[in-house]
Amino acid sequence: SPYGTGVAILTGALRFTLATNIDDIKLRRDLSLCLLQWKSGVVKQLGWTVSDDLLCVQEDGTVLVYDLLGGFKRHFSMGNEVSQSQVLETKIFHSPYGTGVAILTGALRFTLATNIDDIKLRRLPEVPDLQGAPSCWAVLTQDRQSKVLVANGSHLFVLDNTACTPVTPPGLSPQASSIVHMCVSFSYKYLALLTDSGHVWMGTSNLKDKFVLLLFSCRCRRPKSQQPSAVVMWDGLLLVVGECKETIQYHLDDDSILVPELDGVRIISGTHHELLQEVPGACEEIFKIASMAPGALLLEAHKEYEKESQKADEYLREIKEQSLLSEAVRQCVEAAGHEHEPETQKTLLRAASFGKCFLSNFPPEQFVSMCRDLRVLNAVRDYTVGIPLSLTQFKQMTIQVLIDRLVYRKLYPLAIEVCCYLKTPEYQGVSRVLKHWACYKVQQKEESDEVIAKAVSVKLADAAGISYSEIATKAYESGRTELAIKLLEFEPRSGEQVPLLLKMKKSPLALSKAIESGDTDLVYTVVMYLKNELNRGDFFMMLRNQPVALSLYKQFCKHQEQDTLKDLFNQDDDHEELGNFYVKASYKEQRLEARIAHLQSAVDEYYKAKKEFSAKTTEDEMRLLRFQRKLEEEKGEQLVGFSLHDTMTTLLSVGLHKHVEQLYKDFRVPDKRFWWLRLKALAEKEDWEELEKFSKSKKSPIGYLPFVEVCIKHHNKYEARKYVSKVTLEQKVKAHLAVGDVEGAAEAAIERRNESEIGTVLSRCAATTDHLLVERLNRAKATVAKK
Amino acid sequence: ICFALLCHRTKLILILECQATKTCRKYVDLATNTDNANVKVLIDPKQFSRNEANGIIIIDKLQPRDFHILFVPRRSLLCEQRLKEKGVLNSFTNIDEYILDLIPYDGDLLSMESESSFRECYLENDQTSLYHAAKGLMTLQALYGTIPQIFGKGECARHVANMMLRMKREFAGSQTQILPVFDTLLLLDRNVDLLTPLATQLTYEGLIDEIFGITNGYVKLPPEKFAQKKQGEGGKELPTEPKKLQLNSAEELYAEIRDKNFNAVGAALSKKAKIISAAFEERHNAKTVGEIKQFVSQLPHMQAARSSLANHTSIAELIKDITTSEDFFDSLTVEQEFMTGVDTDKVSTYIEDCIAQKDPLIKILRLVCMQSVCNNGLKQKVLDYYKKEILQTYGYKHILTLKNLERVGLLKPQSTMRNNYPTIRKTLKLWMEDANEQNPNDISYVYSGYAPLSVRLTQVLARPGWRSIEEVLKMLPGPHFEERQQVPTGLHKKRQPGENRTILVFFLGGVTYAEIAALRFLSNMEDSGTEYIIAATKLINGTSWIKSLMDSPEENLP
Repeated sequence: SPYGTGVAILTGALRFTLATNIDDIKLRRDLSLCLLQWKSGVVKQLGWTVSDDLLCVQEDGTVLVYDLLGGFKRHFSMGNEVSQSQVLETKIFHSPYGTGVAILTGALRFTLATNIDDIKLRRLPEVPDLQGAPSCWAVLTQDRQSKVLVANGSHLFVLDNTACTPVTPPGLSPQASSIVHMCVSFSYKYLALLTDSGHVWMGTSNLKDKFVLLLFSCRCRRPKSQQPSAVVMWDGLLLVVGECKETIQYHLDDDSILVPELDGVRIISGTHHELLQEVPGACEEIFKIASMAPGALLLEAHKEYEKESQKADEYLREIKEQSLLSEAVRQCVEAAGHEHEPETQKTLLRAASFGKCFLSNFPPEQFVSMCRDLRVLNAVRDYTVGIPLSLTQFKQMTIQVLIDRLVYRKLYPLAIEVCCYLKTPEYQGVSRVLKHWACYKVQQKEESDEVIAKAVSVKLADAAGISYSEIATKAYESGRTELAIKLLEFEPRSGEQVPLLLKMKKSPLALSKAIESGDTDLVYTVVMYLKNELNRGDFFMMLRNQPVALSLYKQFCKHQEQDTLKDLFNQDDDHEELGNFYVKASYKEQRLEARIAHLQSAVDEYYKAKKEFSAKTTEDEMRLLRFQRKLEEEKGEQLVGFSLHDTMTTLLSVGLHKHVEQLYKDFRVPDKRFWWLRLKALAEKEDWEELEKFSKSKKSPIGYLPFVEVCIKHHNKYEARKYVSKVTLEQKVKAHLAVGDVEGAAEAAIERRNESEIGTVLSRCAATTDHLLVERLNRAKATVAKK
Repeated sequence: ICFALLCHRTKLILILECQATKTCRKYVDLATNTDNANVKVLIDPKQFSRNEANGIIIIDKLQPRDFHILFVPRRSLLCEQRLKEKGVLNSFTNIDEYILDLIPYDGDLLSMESESSFRECYLENDQTSLYHAAKGLMTLQALYGTIPQIFGKGECARHVANMMLRMKREFAGSQTQILPVFDTLLLLDRNVDLLTPLATQLTYEGLIDEIFGITNGYVKLPPEKFAQKKQGEGGKELPTEPKKLQLNSAEELYAEIRDKNFNAVGAALSKKAKIISAAFEERHNAKTVGEIKQFVSQLPHMQAARSSLANHTSIAELIKDITTSEDFFDSLTVEQEFMTGVDTDKVSTYIEDCIAQKDPLIKILRLVCMQSVCNNGLKQKVLDYYKKEILQTYGYKHILTLKNLERVGLLKPQSTMRNNYPTIRKTLKLWMEDANEQNPNDISYVYSGYAPLSVRLTQVLARPGWRSIEEVLKMLPGPHFEERQQVPTGLHKKRQPGENRTILVFFLGGVTYAEIAALRFLSNMEDSGTEYIIAATKLINGTSWIKSLMDSPEENLP
């Protein structure tokens, strides 16, 4: 029973069959890669992932993953529902998201996962009237979504996440017959259906366009090519069906299976592996019988040249006359790319090179890169390697993926050769291969840690951008902690070392490495890990030795765990911080008693820290709070929480002068500020009488200019004038100006013989009304200036 | 937190700023309750762990019922852990990061917009922002080539340089080969020059920032001055919405005047006005159809210029109202006295009076800190007096703020050491008596006399080099250093004669607009031979800077 399938995306020649006994899986290449003794459950389906792993889907929905050499990698389940109702059919598909698995369960429901590396199971809606297994189904990827196309008899349905939609392919009458096979093209663009009446329907996969409806029968796979066409196989007969009504027929000797590819279809039988593809344009042009294409002529010219015949010149002339020589060279190079025989490739390239000689300014890139690509392709096509890629596939696959494929096959030397030959940047090329080699190396049990560590470091020493931590992880996973630590020493990125060190329980080392990296998030990660791992004492001890980590942890505690913060300060005997802590805490309290209690603790701590000023200040604060509460109770004024200044202002505004006096004395408020305070408060109240009394009570420590200014601010010029005379000489000008007395100001300024003041006054004079004054000032200014 | 519009091909993504949501659960609730269901939660991990109250939600109309989370500026394990604890991590289909290190603000200006960077580095010993700075510089180097020379001054600068060198080793082999654009990187700690941000900036842009505050390149202005334009419509109502203006070098006029001393702006504006009206007059000379056509084709540009002129004239008037006030003049006088070292060791009467009148606290703190910095610390008696005055007037809760200021070195008691500020001032010529505001010949014009220390250091580095001021460098806090980074042979820049050197100056802890203006002035100076590109953790001014250092416990009193 042909259980085998080929490797999906562009993988190529992995030929492998499954023996009739499904308990014995034999993977075979031209040289078999490995022989696997199957011990697990009944396998329903085999398939390959994009990264060359083998997937075995079991009846109970478990999927086992093996690497290319038969090593077990992991397994995962397709969910409870699947395991209960068992797997009926499975399809493995590829989408932009990776490799997916679709399952039809015994309960006739579909479950699929679009990416096996990040499994999110999706259960698709029910298909109406489905009694038994559908006659056939396929997975499509459209609009970034994977859908299932199901045929039940003559009915066709599209299942997506939300709905099950019946569809009718145009041109295929629904009552006609039931669909027995369907196949989606490699690019998901086209669809072919085969009905039991022997019709083949081909169209686009969105079922909008029909290409052709033909009469046939059998199993089919279809390749994509310039003209959509399907390949149909029936026992020993292979048919290629195109848009025209003609078919091409081949006869096959063996039982074979078909694997669709990007640019053709692989036919794999027990003994052979063939690639069926449309002849590429360039090859056709050149090798067509009696072709007069420039490439064909150039090839001919070269052949004659080799024979030293003058005909070469004739051919060449013919091409040059049509000035098609560069076209000819291009054709030859392209055709060489599509040829699989090295001899033919050589002939074509030689012809191209010959043609190039007669061209000036022909860009060499195409020729050079083709030579390189072919060299690599020929190397990997060798039967010992067994990756028979076509050039188109190689281009699609990119060199990175090819190197990956080589690495999966453990063909490290070849991979390195390829990288060097193609001059791939070290980081993507050689270094990556070496890393894979090292990962493989550390899993070899028979060698000692020292030997391996040395071997790895010697080989990898010069390679740039090696991730030693990945290698170390591999070593740790295979149970070699010591080796892992040795290898981690080589890792230049300290950030990379941390997670593994944590996993290996080397937490102090992890912490210092995290700090070294400067990445605070990483430090936090380790700190949080340690917090859960260690008991509190040990944890604090460890932090004490790492100030950076400690201060970060303090930040964390400040927002999350206030109590821990207190413990930390206590441990360090940091009394000042403790004091600050209590001060902060006091503001969070609603009740005054609690606030004062916190403040008292703060005072104690400040004294312990010998912070006299802070302690005294906090004592003052407590005193003020008590005072405020007392007054609140007595007088009903809202005071608690006000600053001393605001308290005094409030009290003055309600006329509680005595209490203000008391505060003034108790808190030793400086005279100056006290005067300002009273001045402003009285002006605010517009209590001008009281203000005047106050001004005469004592000589003002702030002078009398503020009196003038404050009065003006409250629009009382009359009161302001009262104080002008008291203002000191230096401020006279300002005072006069403030009350709008320009003449007075002029008088004062002239008297003081101060040039800048005269200037100020001048700027305030209106030239028209005060011209006498202006003159006087100007004269005074002149005399001052003379001196 | 930074705002950025994420354009995801054709999808329309709206950004909503969401504040005051208490926990992450709320984010998700909010998201689910909105009609437009697909939501991206942009969370600043720092903000998140701090108070869980800031985030940006992006709503994507196209795909319903999917939650995405984008971390800014970087994915944080800690934050993910917390989301997990809250049981909401699994609600997100995608968890990703939106790396936002250095945001270009202008042609020569990059900022990380990390508000609390200075506070974190100097007060809390949390160097997260420095890590991001180093990462940002690595990105910059990946794009513009390895910077061959690194100079630095200060602890944080040392730390960033170390991280950069380490990261360089880590990425060995993976860098792309690019011809270096920058010749030198200069890393400067803000605490090397604490004085400059405290002083009032006197450039046009600096004053706009000091008075109205520029946030994310926008300024909000009182609308009254901008109202007259609509006279024709007979509307007497004044607009109540503040006028919002974008400020950057894309506006020709602004680019011209932004870095001028404010006293020179008036002249520049009137000159511009003459040019514009002359241009409009041209229409009378336009005789032929061709001439008229040419005139009309220039109209949009001219009209834009005219409206730009009108805007800036209004702004200048607004500023002038303030700069000509006595208050402004007095405080500027005191600032300049401090900077020239007059009476810095005594209690200043002006500050005393300001406190007595309960002027804004930040103004007081700026002045007191300035006096302390200029005097290399205050006498214990003076310091305690100021502290007592402040606490009694503004409330005892500010004791924590004062302690913060002391810890970062803005306030300090005088040590036994000599006050070395005068030496620094004299050696570096920080005070220029005859600063020319109209046609400046020295960077001191940006503060009308004071040359910002940070910029002076930069200037000396370019020529004649730091070796000449070794003594002064030793007086400033933190180590100074020089590192070289290997540049692959073949990528060594061969400078043409007359080609400028490019220096990237990175201010760790913030930069002011006046400093930027000074550096631009140096770039434009003839025969300077050096071009400066400026990067900073944040664009600051004295007010926003002091504010970031304040600590006011929330009062939960009834």
